[in-house]
Amino acid sequence: MTAGPQTVRTTYREAVRAALREALQRDERVFLMGEDVGRYGGCFAVSKGLLEEFGPERIRDTPLSESAFVGAGIGAALGGARPIVEIMTVNFSLLALDQIVNNAATILHMSGGQFNIPLVIRMTTGAGRQLAAQHSHSLEGWYAHIPGIKVLAPATLEDARGMLWTALEDPDPVLIFEHGSLYNMEGELAEDAGLVEIDKAVVRRVGSDVSLITYGGTLGKTLEAAEELGRDGVSAEVIDLRTLRPLDTAMIVESVSRTHRAVIIDEGWKSGSISAEIMARIMENAFYELDAPPARVCSAEVPMPYPKHLEDAAVPQVAGIVAAARKVMGRRG
Amino acid sequence: MPSLGADMEAGTLVEWRVKPGDSVKRGDIVALVETEKGVIEVEIFEEGIVETLLVKPGAKLPVGTPLATIRDEAQIAQPAAVIAEKPAEATGKASAPPAPPVERAPVSPAPSKRPHISPLARRRAEELGVDIAAVEGTGGNGSITIADIDRAASKAVQPKSPATAAERQAGLRKAIAAAMARSKREIPHYYLGAEIDLSRALAWLAAENLKRPVTNRLLYSALLIRAVALAIHDVPEMNGFWIDGAFKPGQGVHVGVAVSLRQGGLVAPALHDADKKSLDELMRDMLDLVNRARAGGLRSSEMSDPTITVTNLGEQGVETVFGVIYPPQVALVGFGRIAERPWASQGTISARPVISASLAADHRVSDGHRGGRFLAAIDRLLQEPEKL
Repeated sequence: MTAGPQTVRTTYREAVRAALREALQRDERVFLMGEDVGRYGGCFAVSKGLLEEFGPERIRDTPLSESAFVGAGIGAALGGARPIVEIMTVNFSLLALDQIVNNAATILHMSGGQFNIPLVIRMTTGAGRQLAAQHSHSLEGWYAHIPGIKVLAPATLEDARGMLWTALEDPDPVLIFEHGSLYNMEGELAEDAGLVEIDKAVVRRVGSDVSLITYGGTLGKTLEAAEELGRDGVSAEVIDLRTLRPLDTAMIVESVSRTHRAVIIDEGWKSGSISAEIMARIMENAFYELDAPPARVCSAEVPMPYPKHLEDAAVPQVAGIVAAARKVMGRRG
Repeated sequence: MPSLGADMEAGTLVEWRVKPGDSVKRGDIVALVETEKGVIEVEIFEEGIVETLLVKPGAKLPVGTPLATIRDEAQIAQPAAVIAEKPAEATGKASAPPAPPVERAPVSPAPSKRPHISPLARRRAEELGVDIAAVEGTGGNGSITIADIDRAASKAVQPKSPATAAERQAGLRKAIAAAMARSKREIPHYYLGAEIDLSRALAWLAAENLKRPVTNRLLYSALLIRAVALAIHDVPEMNGFWIDGAFKPGQGVHVGVAVSLRQGGLVAPALHDADKKSLDELMRDMLDLVNRARAGGLRSSEMSDPTITVTNLGEQGVETVFGVIYPPQVALVGFGRIAERPWASQGTISARPVISASLAADHRVSDGHRGGRFLAAIDRLLQEPEKL
């Protein structure tokens, strides 16, 4: 973590805020809107202080109507602005599904290429904070199903800091999913950290026996599991997908072709999911490289429970990841 | 120990493919035997039950040594009954009603379930020629992984092939040397040559192949082999063996096809009953034979009973073959390359694809007159390719 000469101690929340500040400073067309982003400073305190710095024109509190303010964001983007729309959680984004899927994702196509929508929508996803079944699901995989939008899942300080500006420069709608349990994650970030590319997966840990494929909130747990496996002599590679649409299939296939085994870790459910899609691509592209059936560690197929012990039991944990990796390793593992 | 060629004096038993109690029938592969020409699958010509295996793998034995005993079906009833009585004896109850005779099912390997093997391991097994049925899996659910295949392959290599590639190569050379020296020493060869116009045959072949999917296309060598096989009906004294001072006609027309091996040397295994096979069957069997000759999976009968040999060196650009007969056979037909030549026919000259056919025959068995007829018959047959 101390690769660069100058680093600062920071959190994921502060990194997202720094990215917002930079965007607001760099481009006058950029503005932030959403529920409680202004006076309250954001439901997860991401936009704290921005209202004071940039004023109510550019940090706009909205009524509690996801459909209305996402629609307004689309209109603003069509009108030449560069809106950043914050939705409190992915569960609530379903109220804006019509705007996102039927409008944001389609207008470029429906207008014969005349109107693009340079819109960025940020939202929180995932469990781990005892917020129960209406605030804790991981539905980013659903959005990854939709052509016409990009779906990002920053899992590190660098990506939290760097993905926003790249997303704003994209001519089309980009959805950024911030896992709620990451906001308090602390670490060192280069002082000059800036934009990062948003169309490539990254190998976070090099290994040769099994590819652990994950993104967002489960990256940390997966890296921990890889360390534990390493102590048992299993060399696990960890891939951070970073972007769920478009998926970096080439990177997945390249890694699996080296390790010949894959475990996919995703806080979403298994059925009809992004983890299923990743498996399908491995099957389509790397079948003859496989030395064991790919495995998945996903959330239990239940609405997210409220009690802590049940919530912990419902989502992927380090022990489960280690067990799944050992199983695909066979007797060796 | 069967004779797998006139030049073979001894062979090494590599592996049994049967065990006592197995029932066998004509054509089953019962053992692998290594000779100078590689590892050959030994077929059995009897029907019955394997009683005892007399020889252990690894033993080098002269031709003619018994390897195993087989009981024929008629004798089976009694010993089987003895086996059935044993369990009753073991219970110690003399008064107990005799156990119903247990019908012993033939001890053929039960149709095993499809083994669990990873796609990667299956691919590696194919590359290394590892028999996955014999590999123990250490992966999840006992599945076979690539590591298991590599382990099996490294184990298999040492005991299974005591001879190194170089040793086998030297052995093969020695075998060829012995056979060819004997041929030149004993067989009074005479040689005849004929130019054959292949324009009809090739035109028919081209038209025929247009109708076929690529995988089913015929090669012209299939036509040549078929023509040689059928010409034997006209001149049967080309087909057979010179043994103990007399000609023994071949039982069936088994054309030995000379196959050069990639590492050098050659074998000429038999295409059985080539005169009774269609071109399609010949083509299929020929490809199979060539593949197995090169991969080392020839059967004993293919090695021992060619009745005439055909060698085609046209692809090497050879004009004419002056063949050396493979003893105790009595004839060898050679083909050179197909070249376009000016060809005078019915008062006009045209360019025709022409092949040079040659016959090397044993003068103790036939004379030039019969040999000439044989070549003429081949020519005639090739002029009516649609009848082949």
